[in-house]
Amino acid sequence: MKTRSLRTIKNAVTHLFLIVFGIFFLSPFLWILSTSLKPNEELFLWPPKWIPSTLMWSNFPDAISYFPFFTYLGNTLTITVLATVGILFSCPLVAYSLARIPWKGSKPLFGLTLIVMMLPYQVTMIPIFIVFKNLGWVGTNVPLWLPAFFGAPFYIFLLRQFFMGLPKELEDAGRIDGASEMRIYAQIMLPLCKPALLTVALFQIIGSWTDYQGPLIYLSDETQYTLMLGLSSFKTQHGAEWQLMMATSAMITLPVIILYFVVQKAFIRGITFSGIK
Amino acid sequence: MAANENPVTAPTLNAIPKIKSKSSYKRKLTLYGVLFALPWMLGILIFSAYPLVMSIYYSFTSYSILDAGQWVGIGNYKELMSDNTFRISIYNTLYYTLISVPLNIAVGVALALLLNTKIRGQGIYRTLFFIPSLVPAVATTIIWMWLLNPQFGLVNYWLEKIGISGPPWLGDEHWAKPSLILMSLWGVGQAIVIYLAGLQDIPQDYYDAADVDGASTARKLRHITLPLMTPVIFFNLIMGVIGTMQNFVLPYTLTNGTGAPAGSLMFYVMYLYQNAFLYLKMGYASAMAWILFLIVLVLTILIFVSQKRWVHYQGKES
Repeated sequence: MKTRSLRTIKNAVTHLFLIVFGIFFLSPFLWILSTSLKPNEELFLWPPKWIPSTLMWSNFPDAISYFPFFTYLGNTLTITVLATVGILFSCPLVAYSLARIPWKGSKPLFGLTLIVMMLPYQVTMIPIFIVFKNLGWVGTNVPLWLPAFFGAPFYIFLLRQFFMGLPKELEDAGRIDGASEMRIYAQIMLPLCKPALLTVALFQIIGSWTDYQGPLIYLSDETQYTLMLGLSSFKTQHGAEWQLMMATSAMITLPVIILYFVVQKAFIRGITFSGIK
Repeated sequence: MAANENPVTAPTLNAIPKIKSKSSYKRKLTLYGVLFALPWMLGILIFSAYPLVMSIYYSFTSYSILDAGQWVGIGNYKELMSDNTFRISIYNTLYYTLISVPLNIAVGVALALLLNTKIRGQGIYRTLFFIPSLVPAVATTIIWMWLLNPQFGLVNYWLEKIGISGPPWLGDEHWAKPSLILMSLWGVGQAIVIYLAGLQDIPQDYYDAADVDGASTARKLRHITLPLMTPVIFFNLIMGVIGTMQNFVLPYTLTNGTGAPAGSLMFYVMYLYQNAFLYLKMGYASAMAWILFLIVLVLTILIFVSQKRWVHYQGKES
C-alpha cells in the first residue's frame, strides 16, 4: 500500500516536470498558429491575445502572394529531387563496394571516407566555390546537387554498416546461379536495404529542403531562390507583419514534420518486413 | 574482424563452378569493386583532396575572385592576430560553445531520463520534445524573434506575469547570446533521441541487482544510469562542440549577417563568410578556415583524452 502511493507521487512529479518543460517546447508552435491567424490590428496587443477575434485564414494566401512562393517552391523541389536522386545513385553503390565486394582497396577507401567525414565544411568551401565559379556554375543550382552524384561520406558510412549486416548466403546464392555482380547488387541487395535507403533519402530531403548556407553562397538571382532564402529575405522586407511571417514559417515547416512521420512509419514497417530483425 | 570482412575464402570459391581460376575471379572482383566505388573516388578527389590542398595554398596568398593574388607567406595569419573582429568572433564562439553545449547535455539527459520512465502518454511527450528539432533554422529564427520581442513577445509577457520585467533579449548585447542559447535548447530533441537509445542499452539486470540490495532511486541513478550513459554523453559532447563551433545559420539570419548588436552575435563562421563572399578576401578566409579546423581539432583531442577519466564503457572494468 505504501509503495503504491509512493509510485503515484513519483509519477505525478514526472508528469509535472514533463508538462512544465513541454510548455516550453510546445508553446512556440501554438503561438505560430495563433499569430498566423490573427488580423493585423491584434498583433501588438498587451496582454497578448491567444485566440484571434476572427480567424484570418486569408493570411495564408496573402503570405503566398507577398513573394514568389511557387517559384521558390519549384526551385527548392528541383534541387531536393536532383540531390536525392544523386545520393540514392552513388551512396549505395559505393557502400556495396566497401562492404560486400572483397577487393584490396575497400579498407583504405573506407578509412579515407571516415577522414573526409571529419573534414570541416569551411575548409573546402572556398576552393569548391572557385572551381564552380571557373566552370560558370555560380548563380545556377548545379553546385547544390551535382556533388550528391559523387557520394557523401555520412550516408556511405551508414549504408556500409547496413550492408555489412546482411547474411553472406544471399550473394553466394546469386553467384552460384551465375548472376552478374550488377544483378546481385540491383536485384538482391538493393531491395533488402530499402529501410536504410529510405532513411538516407529522408535525411537528404530534409537537408536539401532546409539548407541555407549552400543557396546563400551560390544563388544570387532572386528568381533562383529557394524557400529558405525566400523566407529570410521576406523577413528583411516585411519584418513587422508577423502574421504573414508566421503563416509562411508554418507552411515551410509543416512538410518536413509530415514527411518525417510518414517515413518513420514506413521505416519501421520496412525493418519488420525485410526479415532482418 | 579481419576474417569477417574478407568473405571470399577458398571453400566458397570452390563452390562456384563457373570460375576458372582464382586470380581471374579476384581480378573480376577488383574490377567491380573499383567500378562501384568510382563515383566516390572521384568525389574525394574533386570535392575533398583538391580543395584541401588548394585551401592551404590560398591561405598563404592574397587570392580574391577578382585577381589571382600574390604569395604573402604567413601574412594572412599575422593579420588575423591583430584583427579585432576576428578576436571578437572567437570570443563569441567559445562563449556560446562553453555554455550551450553543457547546458544542452544537462537538459537533454534530464529530459531523456524523464521520458524513459514508464508513464502514461510517453509517446506523446517524446513526439512533443522531438518536433522542434525538425523546424528549419530560418523558421526557428523568425519564430523566436517574435517570441522574444521585448515589447510584444510572449516570453516577456509571461515574465511580467510572475513579476519579472523582461530583458530586451536580442536587442541587447549582453542578452543576445543567452537568447541564442535559449533558442538552441529548443532543438535539443535530436540529442534526446540518442540519449534514449543509450538508455535502452543498459541491462535490466543491474537494476534488479540494485533492487535486491535495497538501493534507492537516487543511488541507482548515480551509480548505474549516469555512468552507463557516459558513452552517449561523450558522443553528443563531441558532436555538440563541432556543431556549435561552426554555428552560422541562426545568428546570420537573426542579424542579416551583421552580428549586431555591437558585434555580440558575430560568430567565427559568419566572419569567415563575410571575408570570403562579401569582401572577396578568399585567402584571408582560407587562413581563418584552417585556424578553425585547428581549434576544433584541439578541442576534440582534449575531449578524447579526457574520456579515460569519466567515460565508462560496458564490459570494461574501470
